[in-house]
Amino acid sequence: MNETMQYIISGLATGAIYALIGLSFAIIYNSTGIINFAQGEFVMLGGVLTIFSINAFHLPTLIAVAVAVIGTTVVGVAFERFAIKPLKNATPLALIIITIGASILIRGVVMLLWGKDTQALPPFSGNEPISIAGATLLPQHMWIFGVTLLVLALNRFFFYHTITGKAMRACSFNRKAANLVGISVGRMVLLSFVISSALGSLAGVIIAPLTMTAYDVGIMLGLKGFCAAIMGGMGSGLGTVLGGLILGTLESLGAGLISSGYKDAIAFLILLLILFIRPQGLFKKGETERV
Amino acid sequence: MKKPIIAAFVSFSIFCLSTAALAAAPIKIGALFSVTGPASFLGEPERNSAKMVVDEINKAGGVKGRKLELVAYDTTGDATKAVQLANKLIKDDHVVAIIGPSTSGETMAVIPVVEKAHVPLISCAAAIKITEPVKPWVFKTAQNDSLAVARIYEQLKKEKKTKIAILTVSDAFGSSGREQLKAEAGRYGIQIIQDDTYGPKDTDMTAQLTRIRGSHAQAVVCWGTNPGPAVVARNAKQLGLTIPLYMSHGVSSKKFIDLAGDAAEGIRLPSGKVLVADLLPKNDHQKSALVSFKRDYQRHYNAEGDHFGGHAWDAVMLLKGAIERGADTPAAIRNQLEATRNFAGIGGVFNFSARDHAGLTKDAFVLVEVKNKKWALVK
Repeated sequence: MNETMQYIISGLATGAIYALIGLSFAIIYNSTGIINFAQGEFVMLGGVLTIFSINAFHLPTLIAVAVAVIGTTVVGVAFERFAIKPLKNATPLALIIITIGASILIRGVVMLLWGKDTQALPPFSGNEPISIAGATLLPQHMWIFGVTLLVLALNRFFFYHTITGKAMRACSFNRKAANLVGISVGRMVLLSFVISSALGSLAGVIIAPLTMTAYDVGIMLGLKGFCAAIMGGMGSGLGTVLGGLILGTLESLGAGLISSGYKDAIAFLILLLILFIRPQGLFKKGETERV
Repeated sequence: MKKPIIAAFVSFSIFCLSTAALAAAPIKIGALFSVTGPASFLGEPERNSAKMVVDEINKAGGVKGRKLELVAYDTTGDATKAVQLANKLIKDDHVVAIIGPSTSGETMAVIPVVEKAHVPLISCAAAIKITEPVKPWVFKTAQNDSLAVARIYEQLKKEKKTKIAILTVSDAFGSSGREQLKAEAGRYGIQIIQDDTYGPKDTDMTAQLTRIRGSHAQAVVCWGTNPGPAVVARNAKQLGLTIPLYMSHGVSSKKFIDLAGDAAEGIRLPSGKVLVADLLPKNDHQKSALVSFKRDYQRHYNAEGDHFGGHAWDAVMLLKGAIERGADTPAAIRNQLEATRNFAGIGGVFNFSARDHAGLTKDAFVLVEVKNKKWALVK
């Protein structure tokens, strides 16, 4: 019993990370129709830049985090301006391949600049385990849950209660119509890269104290975030968050109760099943294809 | 046009090997290290050490009046690339011997190439499969995993801990460790009651450790390379795991203590002696080699020499020994390598023979413990 509780709580903590990364996938997907495979690299940049600003400039953690998020956002904007925008009439497939290229480039540059070593970030608020219902968590996990909830709330508010957010949703439903009513689709795409890279890097920062970071951590995290987004039907709301949490919990339960050797297999099996059976995501009703 | 000329030149040079003019030509040694890519933590110090020791040898006048020339390539940890580069070293560069590759997977891929071309290979990878069964042209300097396992089990036996859990990474290093842990357990009266694995890129191992916590194991042995074991150490602390935690020699560097932080306290692991060179007694056979390796590495690269670099150091020194004893063709070098006795290097005291191309005993390892963020010898 005690053990199952620990599996679930650990799984939820990991799942919250997948959820954050999944959300950042969904935001770009909804405004451009492409899956940005450089998303994991934004996560990595968040962690690496924070550690760099702490080590090189001795900034306090909070400011270092801000620097890292802003720095990553700049990278995200540059990526959109130089690699996505100039190709106006490219097919989504070509754009997706470009994002893969960008991810390799970012990884390579980070490796050359900061080396290949794994680095650890000190936790934000201590290392004393907290006990909840017989399971233990670290204060850092609380940060992860807190940030995920906050992001979810802000996301909801932005996309449903601000005019810009509504405009972005309009773009995702029908770009042409959105353009006709006077929404600048180009600006919305740029904005989606801004939000998405900021969100990705934030996820990278808050997990760095737990999982440590290196130039190549983005690959696996990106894939898991992608799984979460697929489970949530690529929506930018609760669905993706639930997708992430379910994925994390199943992984943890699978590793604990069945066999740790099948942990990743479980995650990707779920992904395949969903793609086969419910390609529109777990929580969405089937809808007519968006054009 | 070009090929016949090269062929003519090669055959001519074989006939002229004994002339003085060619005797002064440098002896070419090939090297394959994964300087970049996932195994760069092995390849980089190895390449650095190999370069350093070749430079030092040449500065001191070479071997028997002939300079050594190191032709080093980066395999990026890719077995296919390693095979291509091995062919290049043999066919284009005409090296007399090859040092490396850095990883077990690459080494296994390269073995058929050198066996066919009859060029001696001194691998810097650890897997027992490399030299068992013995392949005529293949040697290695990295300690067998089974020796590290033996060190840990010896200690557990001494402390009368008979039920253990193992947690191994699912890559070549971890699988090899897992095999050895299971194979050796019986000999020490140890029972593995929980057998878990984790992925090389995993970021949370609490599920596995929770299972271990509920299993009545008296100790945990974790087998992996950074950063996994550091995550395991942190997770173990988070869960309040009280049983002793043993790691493998895969994390025997300062980096592990940096990554695991406070969670590293009290963790034990078998390590090559280079980690604790200063703490060794004066009468230790390896002491002088260790001290000079560390001093040179510090001077050349302003960094601490680790036991990975030591594997390459040993490989070059073994070749130097073979060449000193009069060998300068691949076949003669192979025979002289096999005749190496009591060579005290970084990894241990090597004694090669026709039946043993790994050459080390479990004395190559010492058991160390993290105390106040430093390594200490376990008595």
